[in-house]
Amino acid sequence: MSPFLFWLFAFVMLVFGAAVVINRNPIASALSLVICFMGLSALFISLDAFFIGIIQVLVYAGAVMVLFLFIIMLLDLRMEQLRKLNIVAVAGGLAVAMAFFIQIYFVIGQLSAAKQPFPPLAAVKTDDVHNVGLLLFTNYTLPFQVIGVLVLVATIGVIVLSKRELR
Amino acid sequence: MVTLGHYLIVSGMLFTIGFAGVLLRRNIIIIFMSLELMLNAANLSLVAFSRFRLTPDGLPNYNAQVFVFFIITVAAAEVAVGLAIIVALYRARQTTHVEDINSLKF
Repeated sequence: MSPFLFWLFAFVMLVFGAAVVINRNPIASALSLVICFMGLSALFISLDAFFIGIIQVLVYAGAVMVLFLFIIMLLDLRMEQLRKLNIVAVAGGLAVAMAFFIQIYFVIGQLSAAKQPFPPLAAVKTDDVHNVGLLLFTNYTLPFQVIGVLVLVATIGVIVLSKRELR
Repeated sequence: MVTLGHYLIVSGMLFTIGFAGVLLRRNIIIIFMSLELMLNAANLSLVAFSRFRLTPDGLPNYNAQVFVFFIITVAAAEVAVGLAIIVALYRARQTTHVEDINSLKF
């Protein structure tokens, strides 16, 4: 993994992640989120996790973001009208978030493994899909089936919630 | 030289952005997008650890990647249900602003 590409994609991901929060227009936020997830999937691929990187693009940038844009269109959300900004609440929220990040920074600073570079892989090509699939259908069979039931329940729940008259 | 710490710091920054979004924004859809950012920050650190702790035969630790796969699946289901709830809420109240939804507020 070349350091230049790491910094480039990390920068793109963080800038567009911040744009999600800063933009006042929901559609601009959703499109920034797509680019943020693209940068994240590039970081996954730089960590030799090709399968996860592809899944990230397919599921998030493909399916989830289309759902978000569709809902924004359905609700016909315009630019947020400018409300009076509560300065105390904004300053408090920023202070809590910064304190949280400083804590993470010091915890990672104390981790001795954090200063070591990544060890080289045995082979240049890893058989990603094969290995993840093997684990899914051997060690993690029960969680895999539970996830299947969860997705089914979510599908039925969405249909019930979207019916016109809720009882 | 990119070390494990760099990936963890970037993951922490992404999590902090999502956290700040949940605290600062009042539009329920943006809050929902910030939740997605936080889930993905956790995924990034899991994948970084998976690449860092190699198995004895020199492969990444695929247990973490299976875990990330599960997180992505649960997040997709969560987005579908959450957006359906937002649509139902919008039908009932005609707003996506969390300060207008204060019936339970003391």
